Amino acid sequence: MPRNRVFGTSIPTRKVIVERMVMGLLIACSTVAVLTTIGIVLSLVFESFLFFRKVPITDFLFGLQWSPQTAIRADQVGASGAFGAIPLLVGTALISAIALSVSGPVGLYAAIYIAEYASPRFRAVVKPALEVLAGIPTVVYGFFAALFVAPLLRQGGESIGLAVSSESALAAGLVMGVMTIPFVSSITDDAITAVPSALKEGALGMGATRSEMVRQVVLPAALPGIAGGMLLATSRVIGETMIVVMAAGLTANLTINPLEAVTTVTVQIVTLLTGDQEFDSAKTLSAFALGLLLFVVTLILNVIALKIVKTYREQYD
Amino acid sequence: MTSSGMEASPETQSGANVHVLDSAQPVAKMATEDLTVFYGDKPALHDINLEIEPHHVTALIGPSGCGKSTFIRCLNRMNDVVPGCRIEGQVKLDGEDIYASGQDVVQLRTRIGMVFQKPNPFPKSIYDNVAYGPKIHGMCANSEERDAIVLRSLDRAGLLDEVRDRLRAPGTSLSGGQQQRLCIARAIAVEPEIILMDEPCSALDPIATARIEELIAELKERYTIVIVTHSMQQAARLSQKTAYFHLGRLVEKGDTETVFGDPQDERTRDYVMGRIG
Amino acid sequence: MIEQVDTVKRQKRMADLRDKRHKAEVRFRRIGVAAVSVGLIFLTVLFGVVLASGLSAFKQTYVQIDVAVDAEGDNYQGMVKRGLREYFPEVKKRRDKRKLYALVSSEAPYRLKALVEENPGYRGKAVSLWVRAGADVDMFVKGEISRALPEDERRLKDRQIAWVDSLEDDGRVETRFNWHFFTSGDSREPELAGIAVAVLGSLFSLLVCLALSFPLGVLTAVYLEELATRNRWTDFIEVNINNLAAVPSIVFGLLGLAVFLNVFELPRSAPMVGGMVLALMTLPTIIITGRAALKAVPPSIREAALAVGASPLQAVFHHVLPLAMPGVLTGTIIGTARALGETAPLLMIGMVAFVVDLPETILSPATALPVQVFLWADSPERGFEERTAAAILILLAFTILMNLTAVLLRKKYEIRW
Repeated sequence: MPRNRVFGTSIPTRKVIVERMVMGLLIACSTVAVLTTIGIVLSLVFESFLFFRKVPITDFLFGLQWSPQTAIRADQVGASGAFGAIPLLVGTALISAIALSVSGPVGLYAAIYIAEYASPRFRAVVKPALEVLAGIPTVVYGFFAALFVAPLLRQGGESIGLAVSSESALAAGLVMGVMTIPFVSSITDDAITAVPSALKEGALGMGATRSEMVRQVVLPAALPGIAGGMLLATSRVIGETMIVVMAAGLTANLTINPLEAVTTVTVQIVTLLTGDQEFDSAKTLSAFALGLLLFVVTLILNVIALKIVKTYREQYD
Repeated sequence: MTSSGMEASPETQSGANVHVLDSAQPVAKMATEDLTVFYGDKPALHDINLEIEPHHVTALIGPSGCGKSTFIRCLNRMNDVVPGCRIEGQVKLDGEDIYASGQDVVQLRTRIGMVFQKPNPFPKSIYDNVAYGPKIHGMCANSEERDAIVLRSLDRAGLLDEVRDRLRAPGTSLSGGQQQRLCIARAIAVEPEIILMDEPCSALDPIATARIEELIAELKERYTIVIVTHSMQQAARLSQKTAYFHLGRLVEKGDTETVFGDPQDERTRDYVMGRIG
Repeated sequence: MIEQVDTVKRQKRMADLRDKRHKAEVRFRRIGVAAVSVGLIFLTVLFGVVLASGLSAFKQTYVQIDVAVDAEGDNYQGMVKRGLREYFPEVKKRRDKRKLYALVSSEAPYRLKALVEENPGYRGKAVSLWVRAGADVDMFVKGEISRALPEDERRLKDRQIAWVDSLEDDGRVETRFNWHFFTSGDSREPELAGIAVAVLGSLFSLLVCLALSFPLGVLTAVYLEELATRNRWTDFIEVNINNLAAVPSIVFGLLGLAVFLNVFELPRSAPMVGGMVLALMTLPTIIITGRAALKAVPPSIREAALAVGASPLQAVFHHVLPLAMPGVLTGTIIGTARALGETAPLLMIGMVAFVVDLPETILSPATALPVQVFLWADSPERGFEERTAAAILILLAFTILMNLTAVLLRKKYEIRW
């Protein structure tokens, strides 16, 4: 330390020692986040590895059958259980698609309206109100989907002669879509307010109407930001658990009919790991393989999304 | 403009009919009557009465914060965009109040174009930037007509030779001065009668500025031009009429030579002598 | 002349188009209004449904019964049943008797037992006591089961309704505020189930979560924002934190299961483990908002401190961090509010058990509020539906309270430099 050299000594003072220790503590704290990631990766990979020793990875990734019950007797028919993840992936994709087809347009238009049309007074009330939707615990949405939306859809379907399952993908997807509205709208809002007002004025000055300005100038310019936001929303929807656990089905059903019951990756993880579990059985371990799959997919989506959003932000900074 | 009306070339038709009438009965192209503008409760402009002569360049000068930008934005109702902005008095275009109820802002802005302080080309190609106005207003029946309008506008903005072989390049790839000329081309593509320019050269270097000034001198043959500038030399070089704004009031207006050569008001004199900036 | 015809045509075309464009503008605006309305209507319906089905759970029906206490013996169940039979002597058939007994909750004998043990003088005498009504009677009295339904579609049969009516005529039916709901744990009987275990479990978990994530988060934020020199390592930490913030919560649950339970062999269902998992989830939020709060403190403060000879560490801890504290706290509260509503990771570490006894330490088994909602939502009884909704109301009340605190905190200490 240069300051000490003035006094002709290189022995660190007490203050310096304490400061070094505090600094060490700070660095240690900052590694917790990294350790968490490592912990997630290691535990998922390790348990999945054990699983793939029992069930070939190709069966898991490409199998069309999911019925993880393990045999009670060794000679039981179908003793091995089937661990094909495709029905779960299709179910997850179906519910996510429904959710995004709600939250995408609704969130987008709500954000446009609030940013470009609403009076400041209206904005001050409605924006926080929509954000309340994001603060509601997902288990509440699950309750609402199972208790209110699903029966409503079923009765509605009956009245027009459609058979709607009481655990239909539609009910879970719709509610999940509403849950992600504020997610999409706040990111869209950020993206469109980041578009320089000079561009907006340029369009208006040419005699464009407000909607033409939004569609032809603002949205194309804000597109990367919105796309990043939609990707984050997708990752959020894929990983959402409670709504589907409470409102979607349990049995794997390979279908893309939104009126039928499907199950998702997260639902299966919960079903496999709650209740009595035998440690090291293929059934228990398969949950970790599903978890790994979920983690990898959402991680890829997040990395891409964060990158897009970041470059977009820098573009207008 | 009467001469071009005689030629009856399609590109000037819409404006031409009006101009013939104008010349028969010489009135101001635009005029404001007791125009007062509020931002919230605070008045930004007080009782402005100004006439804008057709086929002249009218320069609006004054120290910063004097309201000249606010004024020019009233002329094509760009202040509608600003929340809390309220307007009293009248702004007349060919004798008609543009703030009267039932006036179509969209149509108004096709008649009064605007060029902004900072060049603001859309993040589209050069071609699409210029074609944007004609496209949204449905000015061309087919793509040949559109091509013609784009090329003619670029030509009039003095940009065609520089961009002829890269019309599909993004507008943002041009230099600052070129971008501003692109914005001028974009504005004249919809064949406006008036072009408003809000300090069009303030973000440009001297060479680019000179180029734009030349262009403005040419454009006045076809269009009525109102320009806000903080450079007195530019106002003196370019304009035939000058209006001097001070603290939200119109202090002096008249022929440019008079305003600069023999200002009647103390404040104008101080400003043109360089005592207040 | 041809050109003039063209001009007229063009002006007509432009005017027509302008009409269309104005209509499109109105349409666009309406779609915007519709989109906003969808969100608001959903919000209203959601709150409406929860309130409508949940409020009744805060009331509980009580029935007054007369019981002749045996001089000897502890067959309190028998005494209660006898009391009911004596009140309705016309009930003879076994099936009817069972229906009769269902008028009162299964806890009635325990209430009687407690009363007698407290007052031994009641032995051999007839006592009159108020006990909880059975779940179906409770629902009926509160109007949740309609008389108008056909008999085979409702759980309370005509005969039972007649009994309840006659009890009501005698002034033996009352609804009171349901304190029990707040003071007791889970139960198989809806009328006995309460949320105390869940509330305590949530409280313990959140305390653990805060105790871990707040210091860790703040110190990390300080390090990354104020002291670390930017290099690959800090960039890596930053990317890592941003990604961690978007990892699905259930994956944190898997981490907790694999590491905390299986490797470290911590007890299942314990609020401590729940709190640890929630802490890891909340950490990114606290770090990100903490850094934003630190960044908002103007550099002049740092420079002033450094200029009077403070070390960088002192400058941060004595001057910058205190100024950033309101922002840091706001982020912490918002993160904690989110942790309060998290369910999936707690399911993974077994906080989904049927727990009757209040947890005494952070290692005793417990559930959490959102998990209790999940558990009850799964139960078929009508009585549990109202309790689920009531638990949601309490969960929402806490969530809103916390978020409101955060907003007020931000408003009050919003620093204008």
